Amino acid sequence: MWWRSPSFILDRQQQQEQNDSVPPESLFLTSAAPSMADSLQNPKSNISAYYQTRAAHHGVVTSDWLAQAQAAVGRHSDDDDSSESDGRAVPTVGGDGVSGKAFSVIEEFNNWRKQPDLAEAVAAIRALAAVIRASQATTMMELEIELKKASDSLKSWDTTSISLTAGCDLFMRYVTRTSALEYEDFNSAKSRLIERAEKFGEISCKARRIIAMLSQDFIFDGCTILVHGFSRVVLEVLKTAAQNKKLFRVFCTEGRPDRTGLRLSNELAKLDVPVKLLIDSAVAYTMDEVDMVFVGADGVVESGGIINMMGTYQIALVAHGMNKPVYVAAESYKFARLYPLDQKDMAPALRPIDFGVPIPSKVEVETSARDYTPPQYLTLLFTDLGVLTPSVVSDELIQLYL
Amino acid sequence: MDGRRVSRAVPRVRQVGFFTPNAPPQQPGPTRSQSGPPNSNSPPLSDSPASNSLSPVMIPPPRHLSDNLGARTAAVPVPGRANAGEHATVGSYNPTESVLGLESPPASRIGDGEFSEGTESSLGWYRRSNSAKFASSFPGGGFDLSPVRQPETVAAKQAKNQPPGEANKSGTPGAAASSKPVKQPSQRKDGPPVASSVAASERTVADRSAEKERKKDAPPPRMQFDDESRVGKAKRRSVLNQSEARNRVELFRHLPPHKNGTQLPHLESKFFELHEMHPAVYKVGLQYLMGDLSGGNARCIAMLQAFQEAIRDYCTPPEKTLIRDLTSKISSFVSFLIECRPLSISMGNAIRFLKNRIAKLPLVLSESEAKAALCSDIDRFINEKIVVADKVIVGHAATKIRDGDVLLTYGSSCVVEMILLYAHELGKQFHVVVVDSRPMLEGQKLLRRLVEKGLTCTYTHINAISYIMHEVTRVFLGASSILSNGTVYSRVGTASVAMVAHAFSVPVLICCEAYKFHERVQLDSICFNELGDPDAIGKVPGRADINYLDNLTEKQKENLEFLNLKYDATPSDYISVIVTDYGMIPPTSVPVIVREYRKEYLLI
Repeated sequence: MWWRSPSFILDRQQQQEQNDSVPPESLFLTSAAPSMADSLQNPKSNISAYYQTRAAHHGVVTSDWLAQAQAAVGRHSDDDDSSESDGRAVPTVGGDGVSGKAFSVIEEFNNWRKQPDLAEAVAAIRALAAVIRASQATTMMELEIELKKASDSLKSWDTTSISLTAGCDLFMRYVTRTSALEYEDFNSAKSRLIERAEKFGEISCKARRIIAMLSQDFIFDGCTILVHGFSRVVLEVLKTAAQNKKLFRVFCTEGRPDRTGLRLSNELAKLDVPVKLLIDSAVAYTMDEVDMVFVGADGVVESGGIINMMGTYQIALVAHGMNKPVYVAAESYKFARLYPLDQKDMAPALRPIDFGVPIPSKVEVETSARDYTPPQYLTLLFTDLGVLTPSVVSDELIQLYL
Repeated sequence: MDGRRVSRAVPRVRQVGFFTPNAPPQQPGPTRSQSGPPNSNSPPLSDSPASNSLSPVMIPPPRHLSDNLGARTAAVPVPGRANAGEHATVGSYNPTESVLGLESPPASRIGDGEFSEGTESSLGWYRRSNSAKFASSFPGGGFDLSPVRQPETVAAKQAKNQPPGEANKSGTPGAAASSKPVKQPSQRKDGPPVASSVAASERTVADRSAEKERKKDAPPPRMQFDDESRVGKAKRRSVLNQSEARNRVELFRHLPPHKNGTQLPHLESKFFELHEMHPAVYKVGLQYLMGDLSGGNARCIAMLQAFQEAIRDYCTPPEKTLIRDLTSKISSFVSFLIECRPLSISMGNAIRFLKNRIAKLPLVLSESEAKAALCSDIDRFINEKIVVADKVIVGHAATKIRDGDVLLTYGSSCVVEMILLYAHELGKQFHVVVVDSRPMLEGQKLLRRLVEKGLTCTYTHINAISYIMHEVTRVFLGASSILSNGTVYSRVGTASVAMVAHAFSVPVLICCEAYKFHERVQLDSICFNELGDPDAIGKVPGRADINYLDNLTEKQKENLEFLNLKYDATPSDYISVIVTDYGMIPPTSVPVIVREYRKEYLLI
C-alpha cells in the first residue's frame, strides 16, 4: 500500500535525485530490486540451511540420483557413526579450547541432523548433550556458560530454523532450572543432565505417537484429508489411522519446489491409503471435497499461528473461506517465543528454486521457503500436551519461559 | 431475605434517550400506605411528573424504596421491615399496592438483583440512626405510564447496567460492607477498588447503609450519581467543594460528573487549613483537578510519591496500631483524590498493592522501620513496575519497527513516545503519523516532542483516519488498562483507530505495562467511563469565530446536551499483539498474566 501512496513516490523521487542511477520506470520494483538482485547474484548468502536439509531429506529424487544417493548414504552412514564417536572423542582431546568445542558442536549437530527421522530440536539437544559430556567444567556455572556459548553458536549458525532455536532454549531453560538442585557431586549433576538430554530424543518419538493417538478421534471413516508439506508427525498420524483400519483418503499437494507431495504419496501408497496428488494451484478447486486439512509446523509462534512450508497460509485461507477445519500437528518443543505480525516479520529463509529452465537475470524470484499462518485460520493444534486451541500456546509459553 | 424485601417504592423514572424534560414532577401525594417508617411524612421521592411528560422511549421506574427513604428521617427498622414483608416482593405485583396507584403490573417486574439490593439498602437505611433529609426531587424524572414495553427495557437496562465488575471509583465509594450480613451487595462489590472497600470499612454503619441505599437506586454496583440524595451526601462530606458540570445525558448519568477546576486560588488558599490531609496529597489532587497531570503512569507515580511523603511524615497516634491507622489514612487520601478526579485503573492497582504491603507488615517492626520498609516498597514498585517495565517494553516493541515503516499513533502515550524515540536512536528509518482529536488535542504535545528529536512526522485529526490508513504499516497505541477479556480501555478514539486499522489489515500493537491489567471484564464503553468537561465541546480554543453554540436560548439549551467522554473500550479482535514487560502476548493471554503474576507482587 505504501508503494502506491504519494508519499512513497515523493520519497523515491528524492532517492533517485540522490542516486541518479535508478531508472525511473522501474519505480515500483526498485526498492525490492537491489536486495533481490543481490540475492540473485549471491544465492548462497541467505540460503536457509534448514530448508536445504529438509529438501535433502524429503526431496523426491530421480532414480539415477537415488542410486547415487544410496551409494553415498551407505558411505555416509559409516562416516556418521565414526564421526559421531569422533565428535564425542574430539572435544575430549585436551587443549582444543572453546572455539574448537563450538565448532564441534555444529559438526555434531550436523551429524545428528542428517538422520531423516530425527527432529531438528532433538538433534540440537543431542549435540548440546555431547557438549556436556565433553565438557571439562568443574562447576555448574561453568557448565552453564559453556552450554550457553554452544547454544548461541548453534542458533547463529542457522538463524532460520525455529525448532532449533526453540530446542536450544528449552534445553537451556531446563539446565538453569535443574542447576538449582543441590547435588553434592558435580558429576552426578552432569550425568543427570546428560541423561535428560538423551531422554529428550525419546520424547520426540513419543511425542509423535501421542499426537497420533490424539488425532485419531478426528479422523472418521470416509473422510478426505488434505495434506501439505512432508511432516513426519502428520505421517505418523496417517499411519496410525491406517493401522486402525480407518477408511479415508488423502489429497497431497505437490509441494513445489521440494516436491514433498510426491514423497508423501509414496509413503502413503505403501500403507494402502488412497492418495491423490494435486498441483498447488488446485487446492481451491478441490477444497469442497475435502473434510479437513492437516499440516505440520516448523514452529508454533506465540500468537498461536504457525510457521510452515510456503503454501500453508494459502491453503489455510482457502479452507477458512470454505469452512473447513485446519488441524496442525506439532510437538510442544516447537513452541517458540516469536511473534510475527505479518509475512515479512520473520527472519528470511531463502531457498533457491529450480524452474528447470534458465531465468533471465532481470527477473526476480520469490525464494522464501516458509510463510506464517495467523491463528484465526487454524482450528486446533494437536500437541503432546493435548489438543489445544491456538490461544493456549501463549499460556504454555508463559508458563514455560516466564 | 425474602421477608426483608420491600417493594413499596415510588417508582423512579429513568429516562434514556431523547426526551423533553418538562415541568417538575407533581408529587403523587402520600399514596403509599406503606411500609415506610411511621414517622415519615414527606411525600415519596421523585417520580410522577405529569403524565404528559411521557415519551415513547422512557423507561418505567423500578419500584424501590430508595426515594422514599431519601425523604425519611430517623427510620425505625423493625416495623418497616415487618411492613415491607407484606408487600409485593420481587417479581410479583400486588395490585392492591397503590404506590402510584396507576402503575400497571409489569412495572414491578424488575430484575431480582435490583430488588434484593433495594431491600438490603432499604434495610440498611432503616438502620441509620441519624439520617438527614434528602432532596426529594428526582432530577428530570418522568413518570412512566406506558406499561408494557418498559419492564423489559428496564430489566434489560439494568442487566446492562449490572456488569459483574467492581464498584465505580467515584465520589464516596460504594461500601464493600464487609460486616453487613447482606450478601448481595457485598458479592457484587466483591472486587471493588480497595480504596472504596477500605474506605467503607472505617465508615460508620450509617454511612454504609446510606451507600446501600444508594446502590439500590441504581442497580449497577458502581457508585451511581443519579440520585440527588447520594450526591448531596457526598458533597457534604467532600473536602473540596468544587462545582460540577451538570451531566444531563441520561445514558451516562451513572458516571461521576466532571469537576470544574475553576476555583484554584480558593483551593490553594485552603492548603494550610486541612489538617487531616497531607499537603503533598493535596497538591497532587489539585494537579489532577486542573488537568496538569494526565496519563496513567504520571498520575500513578505522582500519587505514590505523595503517599511516600505522607508515610514519612506519619506518626502513629497513641492507642492505635500503625497498620490500621495508616490504612485508614491512606483511604482518606484516596477518597480525596477521587473527589478531584476519578481514579485510573493503574492508580487503583497501585493502591491495592500499597494497602496489601501495609497489611503484611510484620508487627514486630518499630514505627520507623515500618515506614522505611513501606517507602522502599513504593520505590520498588515504581521502579519495577513502571520504569524498568517501560524499558523492557521499548526493547520488545522496537524489534517490530523496520526500515521504511510508517507508524501511526493516536493521542499521546508516554510508552509509545519512548518507543519511537528509541527506534530513532537505533537508526531505523521510519515515518510517524500522529493522529489527534478534540477536545484534548494531546497529540500536539507528542508531535512537538518527536519533531524536536528529528523524526519525520505527519499530523492529522481522527476524521482523516481512513484516508491515511492505507499508507500505514503499523499502529502503536497506548492503554490506560487492559481487561481480562482482552478489551483495551484507553483514550476515547482509540477504538476507532484500531477498527480502521483492522479493516485495512494493519497490525495494531498495544503497549501497556502489566501492572495496568485488571480482572474486570467490560463489554462496552458505557458502564464504566469518565466524563470530561462538556463546555470543551462547544468551544474551540483560539478560534473565537466558531461560536455557534454560544448564544442559545434557554429553550434551545434544554434540547441540546453535551457529552465529553474520556475513555473507550477497544474489543480484542482489533488488536494484534500486546507488548508488556512480560513480552509480547496475544490479547487472549491477559488473564494468564493476571493469574500468574498478580499474586506475585501482592505476596512479596
